[in-house]
Amino acid sequence: MKKRFLFVLPCFLLGLGSCGKPAAVAPQLTPKAFGTQIVEQSGGKQVAGVGARLNDPVVLQVNGTDGNGVPRALVTFRGDGLNLNPPQALTDDSGQASVVVQLGAIPGIYQVVAETPKPGGGGTARVTLRQIALGYQEKVGKEISDKYCVMCHDPESTPERVSNFDNLAPPPHLFSDGNILNAISDVDLVKIIADGGPALGKSPQTPAYGNTLKPAEIKAVIAYMRAIADPPYSAQAAK
Amino acid sequence: MGLRSAFQFLSGNPARRFASVSILLAIVASVAPTRDLFSEWRHYQRSYRRLIVQRPDAARLQRRFQSGIQQIWIPEQNVVDRCTTCHVALQENVLADQRTQPFRPHPPMPHALNEFGCVICHHGQGAATNVSEAHFSTKAWEQPILPARYLEASCGQCHMEPLKGTPQLNLGRRLLARFGCAHCHAITQADGSLIVPVDEPPSLDHIAEKTTREWLFAWIKNPQAYGVFSTMPNFRFSDQEAADIANFLISQSTTSENSKVPLASMPLPSAEQAAVDGAGLYGQLFCASCHATQNSKGILMGGDLAPELTRVGNKVNPDWLRRWLRAPQGYDSKTRMPRYRYDDKQLALLTAYLLTKKDDDFLANVHLAPSNAESVARGKKLTSDYGCAACHRINGIPPPEGFAPDLSRIGSKPLFQVGFLRDMPETLPDYIFRKIRDPRAFGPALKMPRFTLADNQVEALTTALLAQTDRAVSMPPELVRSIPHAKYHPGGDAGRLMEDLRCQSCHTINGNGGDMAPDLSREGSAVQRAWLLDFMRNPDTLRPALIRRMPKFNLSDEEIRGLSDYMLTAYQAPGFDSSALDVQALNPAAAARGKTLFYSKFACQSCHIADYKNDKGYVGPALADVGSRLTPVWIYRWLQNPDALVPGTPMPSARMTSDEARDLTAFLVTLKNRKKEGAK
Repeated sequence: MKKRFLFVLPCFLLGLGSCGKPAAVAPQLTPKAFGTQIVEQSGGKQVAGVGARLNDPVVLQVNGTDGNGVPRALVTFRGDGLNLNPPQALTDDSGQASVVVQLGAIPGIYQVVAETPKPGGGGTARVTLRQIALGYQEKVGKEISDKYCVMCHDPESTPERVSNFDNLAPPPHLFSDGNILNAISDVDLVKIIADGGPALGKSPQTPAYGNTLKPAEIKAVIAYMRAIADPPYSAQAAK
Repeated sequence: MGLRSAFQFLSGNPARRFASVSILLAIVASVAPTRDLFSEWRHYQRSYRRLIVQRPDAARLQRRFQSGIQQIWIPEQNVVDRCTTCHVALQENVLADQRTQPFRPHPPMPHALNEFGCVICHHGQGAATNVSEAHFSTKAWEQPILPARYLEASCGQCHMEPLKGTPQLNLGRRLLARFGCAHCHAITQADGSLIVPVDEPPSLDHIAEKTTREWLFAWIKNPQAYGVFSTMPNFRFSDQEAADIANFLISQSTTSENSKVPLASMPLPSAEQAAVDGAGLYGQLFCASCHATQNSKGILMGGDLAPELTRVGNKVNPDWLRRWLRAPQGYDSKTRMPRYRYDDKQLALLTAYLLTKKDDDFLANVHLAPSNAESVARGKKLTSDYGCAACHRINGIPPPEGFAPDLSRIGSKPLFQVGFLRDMPETLPDYIFRKIRDPRAFGPALKMPRFTLADNQVEALTTALLAQTDRAVSMPPELVRSIPHAKYHPGGDAGRLMEDLRCQSCHTINGNGGDMAPDLSREGSAVQRAWLLDFMRNPDTLRPALIRRMPKFNLSDEEIRGLSDYMLTAYQAPGFDSSALDVQALNPAAAARGKTLFYSKFACQSCHIADYKNDKGYVGPALADVGSRLTPVWIYRWLQNPDALVPGTPMPSARMTSDEARDLTAFLVTLKNRKKEGAK
């Protein structure tokens, strides 16, 4: 009697432990076709607040050796700190698959990695897309940039504002132009914004905003520029 | 065997029994505290020590680290937050490379850590010292950590004013007013002010004059089929219900003031002529500043201040339209549309042109049975049941009081009062989001309709509602930042004229009005009388790049003089001293120096046009005629500190001396080149 109990108890405990969390495994999709290459169609380099669902889905295309889209190929998505829905998909008739991305809670850069298996177990093809999450400071910077800066620093026009970019010589730098701006230190950027272009021997077309913006607001604009820099900005590299 | 003899030995006599029980107790008592050694927070603090010890700045980090349970205690705000026990590095910015919690430093934020603690913004249970109790819902604690995408809601507990760092909250509050949520739901903010709807749905008092039963039926069935961005939601009425409501609305309609005015005998031009000449007139009158129409590709062009006009020909009665264009306020006293002084010819042409804007398929399949008394009675009941009168003025149905739940404290709604759907996470943000996105999913009999909102708009609304917490109400009043609600309306004869022209639909004056056009509160100090008279006669945009312009009102000379003189007197900048500038100093020598400053030192031509031949700046207003437009003192003061005269202007306050400002003023007052009609 006692012995039987000694046998039943661990079995019961084992059963209890394994039923604690019903494993939520998504049904595995089976690819009907394979491609050799995966490329971005749209949805990379979006900018949004932390935790936000991105406005546009990320759309990828799986191509075969002939460069045409491969329908029913398997694409799996992953990304540290990201919520990706669905986690895997089969490509549609044109060889495309899309995923809705929700950013994580930490400001900074997130990578969406999309993979597709190559034919005959020949490994996987992969593409990585960058997405940018803005924290409080960068959001303040974006708001200020939208009001005071973009009309000259962004060549795109909208119904509310016509871009002044083309009227200026030398042309202004885009705030995302990491190739130029990553090399300029925070101290110098503060000088240009606060005291105008001539403070660093540059064009007076950039007026001085030091009386208009508070120091914290200038810092916020710089934080925003750093956040959207392409190629990405790294504080160590700048030093 | 051995066990039994040992037991007999220990319990054999009372002394031994006492000793063995005491030792057992001592063991138990000493084990209990060691449990604490294995608590989660000690584990994290040990991990943190291991993390920093490998770093080059270990000594400094170790010095700043405090072991044991930490807490931020702010009695006035009922804050006891022990989050810093595990989140030990919130203020260590050198650890910014850490990507995992709990050792991330806090990103830059507007308040100091010790000022408000953690849970006021992040929610969660501050006093808890283990991960699940602090972050997630428990039976004893309902408020889990607020997801990052709704975090801006926390700012809204104290801040009623739009903040730069909270675009989503600001959008949500604008939408609460824009989509008329506040017609049905009372929403009292932390400063005691109510959210005031700004959508102004039309009065239905005289609806039979304006449109037909068929159009009403089609509109009620699907407002977005008529206007893509119509804010009226689709109530998903059945055909019978929509017909009943249409029948009732027609039956309750009375005659308006407008209908008593005889129409001019001028016949409407033909559709062909209207399509050509009318399009030109529609453009000249800048109707598109407020009204949108779809172009041939189906893209909406024009403003969103007023209804879309793509299919207005399907909607309106021609006589009603002509009377409306002549005097909108005679039909609806609260409309935002100005009373333009169109002549009979313009009225006929514009009416005929608008009537060509129709879609022949729109009402082609609407065939309603004749109206009868039962149908009208059913329609009246539906109109009353669904709270139509909360938004629209309707004869015989008073606006319902407290029609929908008060949302003033929705952000702290207890979860036991919430009926969740099966497939959703049981949290308040998820509930509010789903309830706005698809209210009838919570019960087909619910009255709240589904609004036409994008997911990001629903998220913004959810954020604004999550700001309505119990905590917001109990905040010390000195912490609550409210915004003044100005009710300014101009008085006297000029005030009546300005009401007639609905100036404040577009212009803000003394804190009250729209934001499409410039604030006029200080216009009297800024402009010269001759220019103002001329501008009223023939409004010409100052900013070449703007598509939206002030329409021409066709005012009489007497009206123009009265209005201009009123503005020049009433709308002065406070403390504006016109003797601040020595006008004698604005001489040619100063002007020459000013011109150099304009083009070289300050590069004003980057944003402004002083000379249409050479300058291209499209950001600020054109300055080619500024010498006739602005007063010298205004220019002089403006150059030195534009923010002081128009708070929030995008014009930067260049660091210039008063001498430089004087010289630039001397140059600018010489610019008197009226742009010729048709010039670039």
